[in-house]
Amino acid sequence: MTIGGWVFMLTSVGCVTALVVWCFYRILTRPEGTEDIHAPLEINTHDREV
Amino acid sequence: MTRQREQWGTRLGVVLAVAGSAVGLGNFLRFPGQAALNGGGAFMIPYFCALLLLGIPICWAEWAMGKYGGRRGYNSYPAIFMLLGGRPGWRYAGVIGLLIPIVIYMYYVLIESWCLGYAWMYLTGGIQLAAEGGQYAEASRKFFNEFVGATQDGVMMHGTVHTSVVFWMITFAVNFIIIYHGIARGIERFCSVAMPLLIIFAIIVLIRVLTLGTPDPAYPERNVLNGLGFMWNPKPLRAGAAWWEELANPQVWLASAGQIFFTLSVGFGIIANYASYLRPKDDAVLSGLTASATNEFCEVCLGGLITVPAAFVFLGAAQITQSLGSTFALGFHTLPVVFLHMPLGRMIGAIWFFMLFLAAITSSLSMLQPAIAFLEEGLNLGRRASVAILGLLTALGSLFVIYFSKDLVALDTMDFWIGSVTLFILALIEVILFAWVFGAQRGYQVAMEGAAVRIPRLFTFVIRYISPVYLLFVLIMWCWKNAPQQVSRFREPVPMLTLLVILGTLTFLMILAHVAGQRWQREGVEAPAEYGFAAQAKDKL
Repeated sequence: MTIGGWVFMLTSVGCVTALVVWCFYRILTRPEGTEDIHAPLEINTHDREV
Repeated sequence: MTRQREQWGTRLGVVLAVAGSAVGLGNFLRFPGQAALNGGGAFMIPYFCALLLLGIPICWAEWAMGKYGGRRGYNSYPAIFMLLGGRPGWRYAGVIGLLIPIVIYMYYVLIESWCLGYAWMYLTGGIQLAAEGGQYAEASRKFFNEFVGATQDGVMMHGTVHTSVVFWMITFAVNFIIIYHGIARGIERFCSVAMPLLIIFAIIVLIRVLTLGTPDPAYPERNVLNGLGFMWNPKPLRAGAAWWEELANPQVWLASAGQIFFTLSVGFGIIANYASYLRPKDDAVLSGLTASATNEFCEVCLGGLITVPAAFVFLGAAQITQSLGSTFALGFHTLPVVFLHMPLGRMIGAIWFFMLFLAAITSSLSMLQPAIAFLEEGLNLGRRASVAILGLLTALGSLFVIYFSKDLVALDTMDFWIGSVTLFILALIEVILFAWVFGAQRGYQVAMEGAAVRIPRLFTFVIRYISPVYLLFVLIMWCWKNAPQQVSRFREPVPMLTLLVILGTLTFLMILAHVAGQRWQREGVEAPAEYGFAAQAKDKL
């Protein structure tokens, strides 16, 4: 196996493994049912004002 | 819409189902052969370019199309095409998204049953290759040809039921039992078990292969490191050239684009159907990326390290080179010889072929669902009736392939015209519909709704300009290279009959799409007003 072979094999296998691990980490750590909130959280609804 | 909407149960479930659809025999048998034949490690440069510019963008487009159709209660390609295109006529183009999985299923379920048959034979005593004078490769080829009936047409149905037909019946029944249980309780539940099992089995075989060392001291050069080198060392296709000069060779780019295309299941008519069962605020971007990454893991990290090195270690470069270009030759002629020589070969053979069976069944299940969805929502049929009609249609097609088994001509003809050419055509239509008719910006908005990660803005440019041009190039070159030989075969009766079967299926689906379209128009396919354009869509219907 040449150095070129090692470089191509390790780069390909490493990149794909890193991508799949990152993807599953994001999938599994994101709570089910989470939805992106497209509006700012600090909206003043004035619901406490008299 | 009065039907009860089906949905995926969990986010992980949909990812495993889509990944299961993509992971198939090609990951373990086609990719290693293509890479070794087209430059070794150097093949990975055009391969990753095709993944980034063709595979993932079209994959995201299909997810967005499915999600868009699903939120309006439609799951089938004709309905989704009609919604996106804004004109009733688009449903006829969507029929291609039904034709492809149905016809591919007709022969794919047969290959799947061969894997199950081989796994069973390894489990119950191994495949005895009675080689004369050590010609194991020839004995293995003969065994395979007799098992699949490649020696003569009709041999599988003469007198008693052939062994491989029994495995076909079992495989066919298992597929329909799972599909009958629906999306969450059938496909998702099965894939949630089958996909992790598949990866565990592949890792067991990988460990066995990487620890083989130099099994035959008489051939010290046949060792694992040299096997990996045979697969991964960058090498030119022509003698005397440098490997990087091959990056200017269109053949290498064509092979890599073709591999990416087939491996990710884009253009199969499946991803959009699966994505249509997402909930409106579910993520499609990360799920699509994860399914693609899982497929790539199985292909590059497992398939790329197992098949060719294992064959090299026992057979040497000269013997395996001729089988690299053929999935069947590598998988069913060469590998049984490898398992014959390998320590613990019988057990590893059983695990390997059962793993291939799992990879195949998770794919074949996904081929049935688009048509089931269409029959349910297009003709308002119940699950039982839809499964029965599709079961009858695919059984007839599959029996046709089983009967005309000589040299696997019927199977090859279906695979070329539907499993290759029509895939490119559907993908091209999808890209044009998504990026030019529906609008890449609107498509981007749909995809980003509820997305867990952001798609780079460059996506809209890639999907509008680069992907279609790339696809067109691959389609033209592919046909240029392969079509003349396939067209010349129509002088023989079996390829012509196969073409008639395909055209008959297409006509039947067109008629159903016509009837379904009239029903949808009466219902009034909802206009996608929130993206600001489709009030016009409803007007046009």
